[in-house]
Amino acid sequence: MHAGLEHYLAVSALLFALGLFGVLVRRNVLVIYMSLELMLNAANLALVSFSSYRNNPDGQVLVFFIISVAAAEVAVGLALIVALYRKRKTTHVEDLTTMKL
Amino acid sequence: MFAFPFMKLEALPWIILFLPLAAAGIITLFTLRNAKWSARLSVGAVVAGFLLSVVFVFVAGWEPRVREVTANWLTIGEGLRVDFGLHFDPLSLLMLLVVTGVAGVIHIYSVGYMRDDPGYPRFFASLSLFTFSMLGIVLANNFIQLFIFWELVGVSSYLLIGFWHARPAAADAAKKAFITNRLGDFGFLLGILTVWGALGSLNFSDLQEKLASDPAALGALATVAGLLVFCGAVGKSAQFPLHVWLPDAMEGPTPVSALIHAATMVAAGVYMLCRILFVLNAPALEVISYIGGFTALLAALIAIQQDDIKRILAYSTLSQLGYMVMAVGLGGPTPAMFHLTTHAFFKALLFLAAGSVIVAAHHEQDIWKMGALRTKMPVTFWTFMAGTLALAGLWPFSGFFSKDSILAQALSRHNVLLFAVGLFVAVLTTFYMFRLIFVVFFGSTKSGHAEHAHESPPVMVWPLRILAVFALVGGVIGIQGVYALQFGGEGAGPAAGVVERLIGPWREAPVAAVCGLAAFVAGLGAAYALYAGADEDPLPEKLGGMSIAMRNRFYFDELYQATVIRLHDGLAAVAAWIDRWIIAGVCVRGIHGTTELLGRALRLLQTGNVQTYAFLFAAGVALVLYFVLGK
Repeated sequence: MHAGLEHYLAVSALLFALGLFGVLVRRNVLVIYMSLELMLNAANLALVSFSSYRNNPDGQVLVFFIISVAAAEVAVGLALIVALYRKRKTTHVEDLTTMKL
Repeated sequence: MFAFPFMKLEALPWIILFLPLAAAGIITLFTLRNAKWSARLSVGAVVAGFLLSVVFVFVAGWEPRVREVTANWLTIGEGLRVDFGLHFDPLSLLMLLVVTGVAGVIHIYSVGYMRDDPGYPRFFASLSLFTFSMLGIVLANNFIQLFIFWELVGVSSYLLIGFWHARPAAADAAKKAFITNRLGDFGFLLGILTVWGALGSLNFSDLQEKLASDPAALGALATVAGLLVFCGAVGKSAQFPLHVWLPDAMEGPTPVSALIHAATMVAAGVYMLCRILFVLNAPALEVISYIGGFTALLAALIAIQQDDIKRILAYSTLSQLGYMVMAVGLGGPTPAMFHLTTHAFFKALLFLAAGSVIVAAHHEQDIWKMGALRTKMPVTFWTFMAGTLALAGLWPFSGFFSKDSILAQALSRHNVLLFAVGLFVAVLTTFYMFRLIFVVFFGSTKSGHAEHAHESPPVMVWPLRILAVFALVGGVIGIQGVYALQFGGEGAGPAAGVVERLIGPWREAPVAAVCGLAAFVAGLGAAYALYAGADEDPLPEKLGGMSIAMRNRFYFDELYQATVIRLHDGLAAVAAWIDRWIIAGVCVRGIHGTTELLGRALRLLQTGNVQTYAFLFAAGVALVLYFVLGK
C-alpha cells in the first residue's frame, strides 16, 4: 500500500492525541513534560508531510525553527522543574495545588 | 382716618406675626439656661404684639373690605401659585386682638404658675412658637399657608401637652392629640386638593369671587369638598368622632390647657369654617350642624360625672365647641364667632382660676378633695364665679349674649331639634359648673391640702381679674357688631350703644332669651339641690348605669382601642412580616444566597491541579475547532 498524505497526517494526529493524553493523565511532572514534547513533534511531523507532498520547502524550514525553539524551551522548562523539585521535594503533580482557590 | 403712609402701616402685621417666632428662636438658641430672660422675651413678644395690634386696628379701622399683603412663595407652571400673605378683614383683625390679648394674659400668668419648673425656658419657647403659629392661621390668605400653620399649631400642641415628657401619661396624650389631629388633617388636605382641582385657585379672596360669580362651579363635588374640609375642623376642634384627644390633653400644664385647648387652638377649626364659608353648601352645612349639636350633647353628659377639675372644664370646652360648630352649620357665622370670642375669655379665665386652685391645693385635681376654698381664695373664687356665670349664660354677662344668638339662629332656621338640644345642653352646662363650684368652693374642706390653701401670688391673680372683666362685659362691647360687619346678620353695627346691646336679645328673639334664662335657673336649681353641702357624689346612686357610662366617657376610648388601634396594630404586624420575610428574606437574602451558591459552584473549577486546567484548554480547543470546521 502506498503511503499517502493522509497516512502521515493520521500518524501526526495520533501522536498528538497520545501526547495530550499523557499531559492530562500522567502524574509525574517529567513525564508530562515529555508528553508535551511529543505533541510538539506531532505538529512538526504534520508540517513536514505537507511540505513534502506540496514540494514546498517552507514547511521544513519552519520545522527547523520549531526544533530550535523547542530545545530552548526544554532547557528553561527543565530548569523550572528542577527548581520546583528543590522547593517542593516532589515530582508528583497532584501535590502541586497552591493554585487552588 | 389719619392720612397715614399706608406702606409703613402694612409692616405692622408682619412684625406682629414674626415677633413670637423671633422670641422662640432666640430662647431656643441662646437663653435655654436662663429662665428670667426666656420669660421676658416671650412675654415681651406677645404683649408687644397685642399693643401693635391695637394700634393697627385703631389706625386701619374695621373696614369690611379685604386688604391683602402678599409675597409670592411658590409657583409651578400655570396651575399652582402659592403666596405667603396676610388677609385683613374684620374677622381676622378681631381674632388678632383676641389671640394676642388672651395669649398675653396667659403668658403673664405662666410666669407665676411655672416658676419652679426646670423646663421653664423650654415652656416659653414652645408657647411663643404656638403664638406665632396661631397668628399665622388667623392671618393666612390662602389654603396652603393656612394648612402649614395648622400643622405648626398641632406641633406646638404636641410639644406643650407632652411638656412633662418623662410622664408616660403626658407623652401618650401628646401622641394621641397629634395623631387624631392628623386624621382630621388628612381629610382637610383632600378637601383643599378638591377645591383647588375644581376651581384652580387656593387664595381665599379668589375663591370667594369665583364662587360668588358662579355658585355651581364646584359641581357635583361641592358637598364632598365641603365635608372634607370640615374634617380638618373635626380634628382640630375635637368634634365627634375625633373628640377623644381633648380630655387627655389636660395632661399638659394648666396655662397650656387654657391657651391652646380652650381659647385659641381648638377655636381654629371654627375660625377656619367661617373663613371658608363660601365652600360649604347646604347639605354639608346640615351635616356640620348635627355633628356640632351631637358633640355638644355628648360632652355635656360626660361632664356632669367627672371628678377632675380640669376634665370637667375640658368636656365643657368640647361642648361649647359643639355649640359653635352647630351655629356655623345653622348658617350663623356671626353667632359662632361671637361665642368663640366670649368663650375664649371665660374659658381661659376658668382654666387659669382652676390652675390657681390646683396650685393652692398642692397639685390636687380631684374636686372631692377640695372644699370651702371660697374663704381661703377669695379673688380666685370671685373670678371663677364670674367665668361660670358667663359660661352658664346669665344675663347681662357675655355668655348670655353669645349663647342666645346661637339659640336664636336655630329658631330662625326652624330647627326645633337643635334648639332643644342647645337648650338641654345649656341646662347641663349650668348644672355641671355649679356642681363644681359647690363642691370646690363651698361645703366643708375635704382634705388636708384644702385646709392649708391660700390665695395665689399677684402675677397669677391679675390675669384672672383682667379676663373676668372681659368675661363679664364681653357681650356688650361691640364684638358681635364687628362680626356682623363681615358676615351680615343681626347685631347692631359697632356704633350702637351699650344699652341697645343689653336689651337687644329681649327685643329681637325673646323666645330664645327666655328659654336660655329658664335653662340657667333649672340647672342651678338642680345643682343646688344635689350638691350644696354634699361630701360625696349623689348621682351615681340615682343614675346607676348611666352614671358609670358617663364616668367612663361612654367608652369611646375603649371602642377606638378595640377597633381602630387593633386594626392598625394588625396592619403593622402584616407590614412587619412582609418586611422581615419577603423583602429582607426573599429579595435581599435571596440575592445574597444565590450569589454565594454560584460562587461555590464555580469554585469547584479552581482545583489547583494543572492537569485539570490543561484538560479544560484541550476541551476548549476542540470546541473551537468543531465550530470553525464542523458547521
